[in-house]
Amino acid sequence: MPFKRYVEIGRVALVNYGKDYGRLVVIVDVLDQNRALVDAPDMVRSQMNFKRLSLTDIKIEIPRAPKKKILIEAMEKADVKNKWEKSSWGRKLIVQKRRAALNDFDRFKLMLAKIKRGGLVRQELAKLKKENAS
Amino acid sequence: MAPKTKSLRTSRNPELIRGVGKYSRSKMYHKRGLWAIKAKNGGVFPTHDPKPAAAQTPAAKPPKFYPADDVKKPLVNKRNPKPTKLRASITPGTVLILLAGRFMGKRVVFIKQLSSGLLLVSGPFKINGVPLRRVNQSYVVATSTKVDISGVNVEKFDDKYFAKEVAKKTKKGEGEFFEEKNEEKKTLSVVKKDDQKAVDATLIKSIEGVPDLKIYLAARFSLKSGMKPHELVF
Repeated sequence: MPFKRYVEIGRVALVNYGKDYGRLVVIVDVLDQNRALVDAPDMVRSQMNFKRLSLTDIKIEIPRAPKKKILIEAMEKADVKNKWEKSSWGRKLIVQKRRAALNDFDRFKLMLAKIKRGGLVRQELAKLKKENAS
Repeated sequence: MAPKTKSLRTSRNPELIRGVGKYSRSKMYHKRGLWAIKAKNGGVFPTHDPKPAAAQTPAAKPPKFYPADDVKKPLVNKRNPKPTKLRASITPGTVLILLAGRFMGKRVVFIKQLSSGLLLVSGPFKINGVPLRRVNQSYVVATSTKVDISGVNVEKFDDKYFAKEVAKKTKKGEGEFFEEKNEEKKTLSVVKKDDQKAVDATLIKSIEGVPDLKIYLAARFSLKSGMKPHELVF
């Protein structure tokens, strides 16, 4: 199967390097082989190298280099934020962020919860094994 | 920090380098106002009446030897050490992780800073075996977890409380020297044990108010694979 994600106007991408690291942007114009014009609701439209962009599955319907207002409307219509946060990639990033923000006591409580869960799973598994054995 | 002593009298003629003052002899004469005293007393300094033959104490024996070389007079040290700054992340009740020594990795409760700059911590002893103890704040990681220690009475703890007891020196005679030593085993005084109990009782009460906090304090901290200490939030 060929590529699914293309560099095209309206493609949502994740910045993976530089000061905008971690930001979700929309490609609004392709300048040349290396650079695109990208825009997001909370940033100044600027050009960015493709090396810094990771394309996502999300694509929105916009004209080439739209005004901010049109871009925001289109993003809301396509529900980009929700789609991203529900995708496994977006969720993974959220989880990573939350885990990094845990303090020492929280990590300890997490460990306790994991032990508890493991115990429950083992109990249930033992029950099932017993049933199937007989 | 040593208790504040009377401010030292300083010379008005500060030493530039050892033995050389800032002002000349005649300038100091004017500065000190000696001329005024002289003028008042008719051209001479006032003198005390000689004491009637002060009890003739045998003059201190002159030293047998004079030092062959000049002995350098040490410079006056006027430095007054500033009290140690407590790290902003450490406040009374903070849970600390000890990084060095016998109790390495233990999580303890910070109680207060002593005047020497050391931190007074308690395990509490009942929970993780760390007694009331002083630690240097550089061997400690402060976590964001806090324990309520408002009920703990900490007034009696200072640096003297933790000072080592001075062993009495007993002179041994020839005969005793070869006798077996029956050294008494060091035991903690009852007073200190009671102090520990008193502090721990209130501490443990507030610790038990928070779920999981007790096992947290009982557990040692250690780095596991994949934990990057520079990226961890404590």
